[in-house]
Parts: sequence; C-alpha cells; structure tokens
Amino acid sequence: MRAYISIVKLRFMLLIQYRVAAIAGICTQFLFGFVRVMVIAAFYASSTAIQPMSYGQTVTYIWISQAFLGMLPWNGDSEIQEMISSGNVAYELCRPLDLYNHWFCRAFAQRTAPTLLRAIPLFIVTLFFLPEKYSMQPPNSLASFGAWILVTIGALMLSCAITNLFNISMLWTISGDGIKRLLPAVVMIFSGMTVPLPLFPTWMQPILRILPFSGLVDTPMRFYLGNIKPSSIVPFLFHQFIWTFVLILYGKWLISRGLKRVEVQGG
Amino acid sequence: MKNAIKLYLRYISVSIQSQMQYKASFIMMAIAHFAITFIDFIGVWVLFDRFGAIKGWNLPEIALFYGMIHMAFAIAEAGARGFDTFDSKVRTGEFDRILLRPRSLVLQIIGQEFQLMRIGRFTQGFIVLCWAMWSLNNSLSFIKVMLIIISILGGTFLFIGLFVLQATLSFWSVQSLEVVNMVTYGGVEIAQFPVTIYDSWFRKFFIFVVPLACVNYFPAMGILNKTDPLNSPAWLPWVSPIIGIVFFILALQVFKFGVRHYKSTGS
Repeated sequence: MRAYISIVKLRFMLLIQYRVAAIAGICTQFLFGFVRVMVIAAFYASSTAIQPMSYGQTVTYIWISQAFLGMLPWNGDSEIQEMISSGNVAYELCRPLDLYNHWFCRAFAQRTAPTLLRAIPLFIVTLFFLPEKYSMQPPNSLASFGAWILVTIGALMLSCAITNLFNISMLWTISGDGIKRLLPAVVMIFSGMTVPLPLFPTWMQPILRILPFSGLVDTPMRFYLGNIKPSSIVPFLFHQFIWTFVLILYGKWLISRGLKRVEVQGG
Repeated sequence: MKNAIKLYLRYISVSIQSQMQYKASFIMMAIAHFAITFIDFIGVWVLFDRFGAIKGWNLPEIALFYGMIHMAFAIAEAGARGFDTFDSKVRTGEFDRILLRPRSLVLQIIGQEFQLMRIGRFTQGFIVLCWAMWSLNNSLSFIKVMLIIISILGGTFLFIGLFVLQATLSFWSVQSLEVVNMVTYGGVEIAQFPVTIYDSWFRKFFIFVVPLACVNYFPAMGILNKTDPLNSPAWLPWVSPIIGIVFFILALQVFKFGVRHYKSTGS
C-alpha cells in the first residue's frame, strides 16, 4: 500500500511542475468557457419558457465544468502508451506491483495535479472578477458545498477507473486507437461538458442518469447548485461507486487478457 | 509556378497512398473523426430543442454557419499539418534539412502530409450544410453555390493562415500551441453562431483581427438573403471571403520574416 501512495505522490509532484502548460490551459479553458457562456446567454435571452436550471446556475455549471476539465477522463497516460508501443511495458511487469493498481495510481495523479493548477485560478477569476452577467455563483449552501466535495471525490475515482480503461485499451493497437478517439467524445457529451445535462430533452434524462458519465460532471454540479438537496446524496454516491466498482473489475479482467497477448520483440 | 503545383500534387498523392496502406485504420479514424466533430452539432441541436431560437436565428440558419465553418476547417486541418507540427521540426533540426532543399520552403511544409481522416469532419459539415439548405427552402442558384464554395475556400485560407502563424511562433517560444488552438478550435466554436449574438468588443475582434466573420457570417447573409442586423453594405457578402486569402498572405509574410531571422540551434 505504501508503494502505491508513493507512486501517487511522486507522479503528483512531477505533474505539479508543469506551470507554464497550466497557464496556457487556463487561458484556453477560460476562452472556451466564455464562448459557451455567451452562447447560453443568447439562448436564455431568446426564450421566456421556464428552464430546468436558471441562467445563473447554467453559467456556474459551465465555468466549473471547464475548471475541472483536467479531471475528466478524456485521455490516457501518454507515457504508458509510449511504454506499450516501445515494449518497455515488459519492465513494468517485472515489478512487484499489480500493474492495474500501479496504473490506477498514475491516473489518480494525472487527474488531480493538472486540475488543481487550472481549477483554482479559474475559480478565483470567474467567481470574483467577471461582470455579474457572466460570473460564477458561490455554492447554494454550506451543506451543498460539503455534498459537492463528496461527489467530486466520487467523480475523481470514477474518472480514474475510466482513464485506466483508456490505458489498458492501448494494449490492443487498432482498437486502442479507435477507443482513444471515440471515448473522449462520448465522455464529453454524456458527462455534461458539451451541454449541461439538465438542458437535454426530457426523454433523454433517464438514459443520461443511468450512464456512468453523468457522475463525472453533472452529479457534482447538481449538488453545488442545490439543484438536488444535499440530503439525497446517497443514491448518487451509490451510482458513482457502483460504476467505479464495475469499471475497475472490468479493467482488471481486461488487463489480464491484454497482457497474455503482449509479445515483446526483444530489445 | 506550374512546376510547384505539380510537385505539390506529387507530395499529396504520396501522402495519401501511404495513408491508404492501412485502409481499415483509415476508415475507422475517419468515422471516429466524424463522430467526434458531429458531437458539436448534437450540442447545438440540444440547445435549439430546448430554447427554440437564438436571438432571432433558427436551427437551419445556424446549421448553415456550422456546415460552412466545419468544411473550411476540415480542409485546413488536412492540408496544413506540416505547419501544425512545425515546432517539432524546429526542435529536432529537421527544419534545417528542409531549408537546404532546392525547392520552396512553404511548398515543402505544406506538401508534407494531407491528412485524409479529416474527411470525417468535412463530411459531417457537408451533411449539416445540405440539411440547412434543404430546410431553409433556399433556392440554390449557381451564384449561391459559388458563394458557398468561395466562402469555404476563404475560411480554409484563414485557418491555414492561423496554422502558419502558430508555426511562426515556434521560432520564438516553446509553448505556443495552446494559444493558437484557442483561435483555431475556439474559432470554429465561435463561428458556428452568427457574430451578432456576441458582445460588441468580441464581435469586433472576430471581424477585424481574426476575420472569422468575413469568411462565414457575411457571406451567409448573402446566401440567406437576409438584411444584416449589423448594417453592412450589400456587396460585402461577395467580397469578404477574399479577406481570408489576404489573411493567409499576410501570415506567410510573417512566417518568412521569422525564417529570415532564424538562427539554428544546431542538430
């Protein structure tokens, strides 16, 4: 267990060093968020019907989802991909560590370090330095804030499980390539990054609720905004937990199958 | 000049042949690229399903903007790959090798690759455009088709110009990519909607600095036969795509300036 914790620590320390990349990332996220906020503002101004979320809530949703983009499982670990294509993954197999757990720890660092670097400045700017029309709102209540923290942790674990599936799929070259390209799109749209999930048509809501991806962005957002009362946190935590559990089990099974067919070509 | 074009076509056919060696992979990547870029349109559709209109514009009109800009960007993505990966050429010294060759520099870079898989984005843009024209019951005169083609070409030149500027930045800085991504990929998202929905200062930037509106919005006014809410002259739709080509030429001058002052770091 200590080994895994030190892997997380080391990788985290390494990724936290990428400050310049973080600044670029902050600018990019800010621009994309700003464009989406302006588009949403135009849409809300064009309709008088009552919407599932108020304008202010939708703006907050967009900003926070942009801030936490790093935590979304939209890519795998590029170093792991290198290792697999070069064959160096064989070295990893010689270590006294379970490969799945090892990669999971790397994913944990990958999903936390860059996110922290980007989310904190973005929060500060969008919360305090934007005009009323475009700014982010504070959490609905202290209880909502606490609930949000809890489901964000749940979202993080779920994200690591999906990220690890990315990594494992690299063991198959052709399918891995396909998954590398398709999964980010699926994640983006079903998590609520592209468009906040509550704005999707009503008939789609049950499907979106069941899929694991809503647990990544939508669930934390609903609690932050007070859209869902903090007291109803248990079913949502359960949803995240069950999917994380299933995807971890699937990942472990997949990796054992994948490793059986790995042919290391010397060197 | 004729010789240069022949050489370029030669380069492209080599690039395409090499990509077609792996037919299955190419087809899969093209389909994946189609799906990923189509997600953008799904996002737009969801918002229209909920709100009905955006500041007086309806979905078929937006689909026109969407289709044109995605087709333009797809061609630019496919053709300007050499500029996209330019920073690594400078780093590795590959650029010096290219400089030593007895043919035009820009020709070498543009001829490096023609990414066929971008046909995914092109196709979905095309389908959306066709749907838009059909839904708008717009009489397709020869002149209108020409205007569409010219504005897509203007957009292509604009985006290639942006890629060229991105490449130029790599002469002076290592971390240039993200910044330009904001205007290329961000630009596509922005131009999906008519610039009238954005705030005045934002709109002016994308008319006069990065002239996205000139290759998308103003020609669309001509295609839709709509009086421009911005009160632009009636001849503008027919002339403004040229601005995209002008932008490209200016970008090339900046690039050549960068090349002239380039000091190699040695290989």
